[in-house]
Amino acid sequence: MSLLEVKDLQVRVEEREILHGLSLTVNPGEVHAIMGPNGSGKSTLSHVIAGKPGYEVTGGQILFRGEDLLEMEPNERAAKGVFLAFQYPVEIPGVTTWNFLHAALNAQRKARGEDEISSPAFLKKVREVAKSLNIPQDMLKRGVNVGFSGGEKKRNEILQMALFEPAVCILDEMDSGLDIDALRIAADGVNALRSPERAMVVITHYQRLLNYIVPDFVHVMSKGRVVKSGGKELALELEESGYAQFEDAA
Amino acid sequence: MPAVQETVERVRRIDVDQYRYGFETQIESDKAPKGLSEDTVRFISAKKNEPAWMLEWRLEAYRRWLTMTEPTWARVDYPKIDYQDIYYYAAPKPKKTLSSIDEIDPEILKTYEKLGIPLREVAILEGVEPPPGGPPSANRKIAVDAVFDSVSVATTFQKELKAAGVIFMPISEAIREHPELVQKYLGTVVPTSDNYFATLNSAVFSDGSFVYVPPGVRCPMELSTYFRINERNTGQFERTLIIADKGSYVSYLEGCTAPQRDENQLHAAVVELITLDDAEIKYSTVQNWYPGNSEGKGGIYNFVTKRGDCRGKNSKISWTQVETGSAITWKYPSCILRGDNSSGEFYSIAISNGFQQVDSGTKMIHLGKNTSSRIISKGIAAGKSQNTYRGLVSAHRKATGARNYTACDSLLIGDKCGAHTVPYVEAKNSSATFEHEATTSKISEDVLFYCIQRGLSQEEAVGLVVNGFVKDVLQQLPMEFAVEAQKLISISLEGSVG
Repeated sequence: MSLLEVKDLQVRVEEREILHGLSLTVNPGEVHAIMGPNGSGKSTLSHVIAGKPGYEVTGGQILFRGEDLLEMEPNERAAKGVFLAFQYPVEIPGVTTWNFLHAALNAQRKARGEDEISSPAFLKKVREVAKSLNIPQDMLKRGVNVGFSGGEKKRNEILQMALFEPAVCILDEMDSGLDIDALRIAADGVNALRSPERAMVVITHYQRLLNYIVPDFVHVMSKGRVVKSGGKELALELEESGYAQFEDAA
Repeated sequence: MPAVQETVERVRRIDVDQYRYGFETQIESDKAPKGLSEDTVRFISAKKNEPAWMLEWRLEAYRRWLTMTEPTWARVDYPKIDYQDIYYYAAPKPKKTLSSIDEIDPEILKTYEKLGIPLREVAILEGVEPPPGGPPSANRKIAVDAVFDSVSVATTFQKELKAAGVIFMPISEAIREHPELVQKYLGTVVPTSDNYFATLNSAVFSDGSFVYVPPGVRCPMELSTYFRINERNTGQFERTLIIADKGSYVSYLEGCTAPQRDENQLHAAVVELITLDDAEIKYSTVQNWYPGNSEGKGGIYNFVTKRGDCRGKNSKISWTQVETGSAITWKYPSCILRGDNSSGEFYSIAISNGFQQVDSGTKMIHLGKNTSSRIISKGIAAGKSQNTYRGLVSAHRKATGARNYTACDSLLIGDKCGAHTVPYVEAKNSSATFEHEATTSKISEDVLFYCIQRGLSQEEAVGLVVNGFVKDVLQQLPMEFAVEAQKLISISLEGSVG
């Protein structure tokens, strides 16, 4: 059984159809890159998989380990192991990162019928994870993303990914707003989390990110469909020839 | 059911179902005839066996009240109150003198038990886990004065307080037993002519708490009064007077609830605090009167005058309030900073949901030299509610070196509510330093989705964001209250996002 199967997905936002029959199959351990020009529907796909309100699915389905993902609330999806690394992580003033992560982890554990993790045990765990990713402890005490630089926000996303241990990670435009050094640090974090059980879907506009996170498969999206799929060399090809060639194909 | 639909359903049910204290106690009561007249005032005074001076004081207030008109400047809207359609006094029967807690009507004891208020003298909240790093709460004691409709039904820990020299008793008893103290201080902070509701209170108040902490004494436990309105069509007019003599300290907590009723009920209290040289009073309130149902029917009209007078040098008064209930809240706990180097604080969380209207804030009146004040106000509006912060900071000509810092933050949940900030600042000398900061924000869909994507439910997400928003103020509350307040905030806002 595939980990994540998107079948002929059709999605509307306020009367306008954004995805017109998109299909994608992701197996454990695979890294898929989804590329495409602005407005091709890349972010819509990530939002619909995670369950963001405001999108209407008019056709097709999404299966996660064979279960109908679209029937689940977004927090149930999270508990089952679907993680979205946001393009623009939000700030939550007054809520320490430590508290936020503890509450979220316990909510997920509770949903899975596991025991809640105590404060001391959690603290130990989150410190270990932060250390393994070279994230300063100080970040855990600050308000969630409050006053964080672009690079720190993305590292906070990766920290959460490492802590929650999801089965599938969707990285939405992880490279936006990062300089080359911050990008490298973030990519190192993601690479450290690659494993034979875990799949990643890397959504990006530029080939640049894929120099650091090397995908197994590349899919080109245009106008709400996957118009071409291939190996990692497809990304390089795109870098040279641009997206224009696919506009007509769609 | 999709998330949005479910939320809409919940919002519809919220106020009616979420108010845990809406039950009624079936008990016979002894009431004054309905309506307000000199006879009503005489009736109340006679019921309390008051000395003649007290009756005169009341009657003077009543006559003054007849010449006054109800204020309309607040940003609240309600049908005209018929002051003749209210009972001004209701006391649970039988009214014989009680010598111990065991003689209280078991129905009333049950009521307080249901409300979680311990009247029996036990160390309370043993089951509550202290927050990480906090002190264990098992052996903390809180003395409670319980006011049921118009009378105080029990005051606990009298003996221990007496040993420390602290007087904590119903004000009706204090009038008889400590007339010199009451006469010296009553009405000196909120005069009988102060405002429409305070003047009404002066005429008809029936009970409340009296506290006197003698010089140099640090009150050995938290003092607490718990107000409960039970009777139908009955107003509650309690009067609290707290005096901290030179170099003393007291922390005082106040809680309130009422049954769910379709008609509105009036609550017009007066609280006066006085600190002499080097004394400090910390006054905390968790106000949870019935807020009305999901259509805006019923609920308490809460018109309260609370004022503290830092009469002595280096004295301090700190108000902390968590306001979640009432259909209408009209309340401005204030500080008169009369003594040199005195300081006043106001920490407030005001939450409105459903059709609630809140107009609340503070006044910091700087009169003495080098006085300082600090105002931290957090307003949270949800549903179709309106939430206004109204505050005055003023420095007298002679109040050189006066300093104030004000931060007013408003959080909107949904798009049918309103938050308003009305600050007044008057500096009559050039050495005053006043700072004012204000923000208004909204819990955005993006923030909620972020939290939910991490595994939190919608309610948990709202609770987390709101608790982050009010954190600065929650930290000011005594620990037991902070725990209660945090729960209350979550309950008040459950299902408020739609």
